[in-house]
Amino acid sequence: MISDPLPKWCSPFPCMRRISSRLATFVLAACIPLCLLGCLRGRTPGVPGGGQKTVIQNTGSDTMVNLAQAWAEEYAAIEPGVSVEVSGGGSGTGIAALINGTVDIANCSREMHADEISRARANTGKDAQEFLVGYDALAVFVHPANPLNDISLEQLAEIYGEKGTITRWSDLGVAMTGKASDEMILVSRQSNSGTYEYFREAVLGKKRDFRLGTIDMHGSKDVVELVARTRSAIGYSGMGYATGHVKMLNIAKRTGETAFAPTIDNTQSGAYPVARPLLMYTMGAPGEAGAQYLQWIFSPAGQKLVALSGYVPLSDTVAVAAAATPHPEEP
Amino acid sequence: MKMRGMFHSRELLKEWLIEKLIWICGISAIFFVFGIFFFVFREGADYLLRGFHIREFFTSIEWYPTSRTQVRYGALALITGTFSVTLLAMFIAVPFGLGTAIFISEFCSPRAREALKIIIELLAAIPSVVWGFIGLTVMNSLIIHLFNAPLGLNVLNGGIILALMSVPIIVSIGEDALKAVPESYREAATALGCTRWQMTFRVLLPAARNGLLAAVLLGVGRAAGETMAVLMATGHSIRIPGGVLEPVRTLTATIAAELGEAPVHSDHYQVLFIIGILLFSITFIVNLTADLVVRGIRKK
Repeated sequence: MISDPLPKWCSPFPCMRRISSRLATFVLAACIPLCLLGCLRGRTPGVPGGGQKTVIQNTGSDTMVNLAQAWAEEYAAIEPGVSVEVSGGGSGTGIAALINGTVDIANCSREMHADEISRARANTGKDAQEFLVGYDALAVFVHPANPLNDISLEQLAEIYGEKGTITRWSDLGVAMTGKASDEMILVSRQSNSGTYEYFREAVLGKKRDFRLGTIDMHGSKDVVELVARTRSAIGYSGMGYATGHVKMLNIAKRTGETAFAPTIDNTQSGAYPVARPLLMYTMGAPGEAGAQYLQWIFSPAGQKLVALSGYVPLSDTVAVAAAATPHPEEP
Repeated sequence: MKMRGMFHSRELLKEWLIEKLIWICGISAIFFVFGIFFFVFREGADYLLRGFHIREFFTSIEWYPTSRTQVRYGALALITGTFSVTLLAMFIAVPFGLGTAIFISEFCSPRAREALKIIIELLAAIPSVVWGFIGLTVMNSLIIHLFNAPLGLNVLNGGIILALMSVPIIVSIGEDALKAVPESYREAATALGCTRWQMTFRVLLPAARNGLLAAVLLGVGRAAGETMAVLMATGHSIRIPGGVLEPVRTLTATIAAELGEAPVHSDHYQVLFIIGILLFSITFIVNLTADLVVRGIRKK
C-alpha cells in the first residue's frame, strides 16, 4: 500500500542529510570532553577531607517521604559529612524500625500509640522522644463565586462518602446563581495518594469509602486549578496549595458548632479539624549528628521546605523553642 | 582470478549477512508481541487464577482498589469509559478522515495536495501529552461556554481530542489505499462517461475498501489505546456516562494513574495487569475481525 521508498519528508530536502551528518560529528566532538568531565567528577571523593561519612537512617510515613527527601538533599549540601538516608513504608513501619533499633529517626504522621511507647520502653529501656516538625492540614476549596463559607465534617462526609445524602448545593441551602449547576462536582485525588487517604480517614472515618463518580485529579495543584475554573465544584488538597482563585471553607467538627478557618494559628491550636501533626521520633536523645539535623529542620531554612512541600510550617516562636529541644545524648 | 574469487565470496558473505539481518528484523515483531503478551500475562496470572472475581470485574462499577474495609475491583465503568470515548472519536474521525483522504487523492490540485499532506503529517507528530494539555485548557473552557456544561472534562472533550489524533492516521493510510487503485480503473470509468463523483463512489471506494477498512481500524486502535490525552481530557471519574457531557475514566488512564504507586505484586498491581490483558484482547479481537472481514471481501 505504501509505495514511496523514502519517507515523504526526505525528498524535498536533499541537503538535510549533509547537515545532519555534520551535526552528528559536532555532537560527537562535544560529547567526548563531557564524558571525560563526567569521569573526573565521578572520581572526586564526596567529602573534601576524605573522612568517614556519618549516616542518619530516616524511615517512616509515606506522607512525609517527599518532605524528608527534600530535607535530606538540602542538608547534604550544607553538611557534606552527614548523609541522611530516607525511605518510606508508612508511619507504622517507621515506628517498628525505631523500636527494633534499625533507624535513627522515624517519620510519623500520627502520634505514637500507647502500646508502641510501652513496647519501645520494654525493648530498648529508653523513652521515645517526639519532635513536632510541621503540620499536614487539608483545606476544602470552592469557587470564589460560591456563597458558601462554612461547612462541617458531617456534611463533608455526606458529600464525599459512599451512599452520602448530599449531592446538590441546594441540599446545603446554597443557591447557585447564573450558569453554575446545582449538582455538585466533586473533585478528589487518585486512590493511592496520601492526601486521599488522610481525607478519607479524617472526614469519612475508618470504615467508609469515597463515593464513585468523583473527578480524580493527579496532583494537588490540578485540584485547585479545576476548582478555580468550575463554578459548582468542591475539592480538597493540602493547605499550602491554595491560590487566590479559590475560596477555602471554614470547617466545623459538627454541624452548628463554630467553624474554623484553615490558618496556621488554628492548625497549631488544634481547632481546625482536618489537620494532623507531622512528627519525628528518636529513641532516647538523638545522637550528635541527629540533634544537629533536627535543629536545622527547625531553622527557617528547614521550615521553608515544609511550606514548599505543601504542608504547614511551625510558627516562628514554636520553631525557635523547638530548636532548643534536640540535645545530643550525654556521653 | 584468485582476487576475483575472494571478491566474489566476500560479496556472498555480505549478501548472506544482510539477508539474515533482514530476516531477524522480520521475525522480531513476532518475538516482541509474544514477549509482551507473556510478560503482561505473567504479572496478572497469579491473581487471575487465585481469587479474581470475573463477574464482579465485568458487571460491577465499584472500583475501590485501596478501600480499607472492602476492596472491590469492578471495571464495568472503566470499560464503558473506553468504549464511549472511542466510539465518539470514530464517529467524528471516520467521516472527516475518509473525506479528507478522498479529497486529497482525487479532487485537489497537486500543489494543494502537497501542502495538505505536510500539514496533516504535522498533526500526527504532535505528542499526546500536548493534546491532553489542549483538552485540559482550551477545550475545557470552550465546552463550558458552548454547551453550558458545568465541567469541560468529559466524553465529548476526550472524543474530539482522540478524533483529532486519529484523523492523520486514517487520512494517510486511506489516501495510500486510494492511490493504490490502478490508474486503468480511473481511465475506464472516465471513458464510460462517469463524472468524478460517480467514479469515486462507484469505482474507487469499492476497489479500495480493504485499505480504507484498515485505515479506520488503525484509527480505532489509536483511539482505544491512547492514554495520556484521555487521562487529562476525560475528567477521570468512575461512572457510566449518561451523555457526552459527563466525565468518564478509561482502562488505559486507570493503569497509568494507579500502576506507579500500587505495591509490586499486590492484588491491585495484578488487577491492573489484568486490565492490560483485557486491552490486549480487545485490540487482538479488533485486528482479527478486520482480517477476517478483509478476507471475506477478497473471496467475493
